[in-house]
Amino acid sequence: MKVLAAMSGGVDSAVAAARAHEQGHDVTGVHLALSRNPQSYRSGARGCCTIEDATDARRAADVIGIPFYVWDLSDRFHEDVVEDFVEEYAEGRTPNPCLRCNERIKFAAVLDRGLALGFDAVATGHYARLLPGSDGEVELHRAADGAKDQSYVLGVLTQDQLAHALFPLGDTPKEQVREEAARRGLLVADKPDSHDVCFISDGDTGGWLAEKLADRGVNAGGDIVGRDGELLGRHEGSWRYTVGQRKGLRLGTPAPDGRPRYVLDIEPVSGTVTVGPRESLAVDGLEGARPRWCGAAPTGPLECTVQLRAHGAPHRAVVLSDGDRVEVRLSDPADGIAPGQAVVVYDGTRVVGSATIETTRSVAGRSA
Amino acid sequence: MTVYLDHAATTPILPEAAAAMVAELTRVGNASSLHASGRAARRVVEESRERVARALGCRPGEVVFTSGGTESDNLAVKGLYWARRAEDPRRVRILSTPVEHHAVLDPLHWLAGEGAAVEHVAVDRLGRLDLDAFRAAVESDPASVALVSVMWANNEVGTVQPVAEVAEIAHAHGIPVHTDAVQALGQLPVDFAASGVDALTVTGHKAGGPYGVGALVVRRELEPTALLHGGGQERDIRSGTIDPPAVAGFAVACELAVQRQPALAARLTTLRDRLVAGVLSEVPDAVLNGDPAGRLPGNVHLAFPGCEGDSLLMLLDAHGIECSTGSACDAGVPQASHVLIAMGHDAQFARSSLRFSLGHTSTDGDVEAVVAAVAAAVERARGAALVSRAPARSGRR
Repeated sequence: MKVLAAMSGGVDSAVAAARAHEQGHDVTGVHLALSRNPQSYRSGARGCCTIEDATDARRAADVIGIPFYVWDLSDRFHEDVVEDFVEEYAEGRTPNPCLRCNERIKFAAVLDRGLALGFDAVATGHYARLLPGSDGEVELHRAADGAKDQSYVLGVLTQDQLAHALFPLGDTPKEQVREEAARRGLLVADKPDSHDVCFISDGDTGGWLAEKLADRGVNAGGDIVGRDGELLGRHEGSWRYTVGQRKGLRLGTPAPDGRPRYVLDIEPVSGTVTVGPRESLAVDGLEGARPRWCGAAPTGPLECTVQLRAHGAPHRAVVLSDGDRVEVRLSDPADGIAPGQAVVVYDGTRVVGSATIETTRSVAGRSA
Repeated sequence: MTVYLDHAATTPILPEAAAAMVAELTRVGNASSLHASGRAARRVVEESRERVARALGCRPGEVVFTSGGTESDNLAVKGLYWARRAEDPRRVRILSTPVEHHAVLDPLHWLAGEGAAVEHVAVDRLGRLDLDAFRAAVESDPASVALVSVMWANNEVGTVQPVAEVAEIAHAHGIPVHTDAVQALGQLPVDFAASGVDALTVTGHKAGGPYGVGALVVRRELEPTALLHGGGQERDIRSGTIDPPAVAGFAVACELAVQRQPALAARLTTLRDRLVAGVLSEVPDAVLNGDPAGRLPGNVHLAFPGCEGDSLLMLLDAHGIECSTGSACDAGVPQASHVLIAMGHDAQFARSSLRFSLGHTSTDGDVEAVVAAVAAAVERARGAALVSRAPARSGRR
């Protein structure tokens, strides 16, 4: 196959490209320039958008012995991922930009362009497995290394996208990937993992959002209230809060019972942040929108597990799909479910699909 | 089989130049040393300087060896600006064009940050300097102009600039003129004295010589302020131990480039016109950029509407055809060409362009290979551009 290997400049995508090449594919490396104003050097461990990362990716491609190009996708990335990220926060939700990037950039803009240019597939360094299904379809499964499993951020991919994807690292623990990188002479073997949001170079998401949202005239402050609406304090921007958050509330008066308080709800227009005790976070059901199924949509109630945030634990649930809505009934209550995150549906290790969490149903009877 | 059509980026070294370098590489001797070995090295350097001077129509004392085009441009632009302003503090203006190489544009930008008033006089749709506008810019206040810098021929679109006229206008007011002749050497007749310019940039590796060596030819009467301070080599304008193998190879390349220029230009013009005609017959809506008449013999610069140049480059590269989307100097992130933008094109048109540059090793076979491959590549790149521009809001399929 002619394979386009997306190379971020990190160790995972470098080894993924090397493996695809070794498997006999005709591999071309491509670094996606996603930042409109690439920084010259990484600050700390994060970033996938610097010129240094492009240089690292180019060196890895040299060592592997494959052609290498830089594709400028900064406009598409800005529109489809960065703007979307800001909009979601403005609406009081907590988005996951990695899912958006996979859905709209890596396995859409890049894949579509690659297919048009004569490539058959896009390979990435994601930790997830693709296995042949019973009916000729491709199934997406969790990685063998559970701690590194990234199937959650791939849960937005459709069958058509999966059919043109390669995840060469899915069966390997991360430590082995680093060892293999060193063995292959890839200088990125010891490069730290990227964390946080790649387009916020200093890692200060709150400060970054404050700037972007101020430009849009989104509320710069609001009330922090208790469950019965009693005023407990003020805040400087609701985007600094996410449902389930405990730290950084800075409430002057302690709760009457002295127990810690958590963010229960964020009301985007007024900017009101509601807080309350931990048990009020418990959710036993939720509704999702924008479902994306890896294969056929489930018909009838599906007994399954769901994952409600990146690196979150799986929860047993029953999922009902109804056109563009998905209802999830959790067998046991879950805590701190933030609207905007994805609910990814699993049948064992197999990813069935995903939806964006819109509303949650509180055990205590509140609807957030 | 590689079809190398990126001679404007760098051209293969001439065997004679390589041989001259190799002959010097194993000899010891610092050209500044006073003993016999030093004198031998010095002799190589000075004979090389004389050969370069003969080839370029200047005096040996006017040749300042440098590390190449970028250094020569920096030395000319910054050094002459500083020297002229030091003589008369009113001289703060620098007149140039918006289509210069980054080795001129970026020093100008940097000087603007320290108080220079940089004016980029407009070019027309073909990339030619607007001489009337240039004259007006000079005559509006000649006493305030420190320097003029106008390239001999454009590295991207190949347009030749009216450098002699520029020099005439500037000299009427005693203003020195620098020209970047990196692309011109070996393709066009380059004669320093006859051109009338006061400073001229050339580099080895674009003329069949080695990398890492070039020269700024600068009139003796001008003393550009040094960028590099140290041992006082090269008239104290450019300190640093001279590299005898490099200057020996460079001198041979200069000599042969100038000697062979008329024949090469004639041959390349034929190949170039054949390449343009062949591509246009395969892709009728392709557009030749730059001046169809006053252009470098080896330059073919074409826009392929509806394509991304980098898609085309990649598809042709997969067929062994090597070309360029513009000047290759950035970190691999494709930028819309400042040259095409200055010529009045939009960014999308600029990004649809490719440069094929011919040189001394180019053959009929190279031209045929491009003509044979271009239509399929363009069709594919157009398909890719269509899906790339499609809105992704609803997700893929």
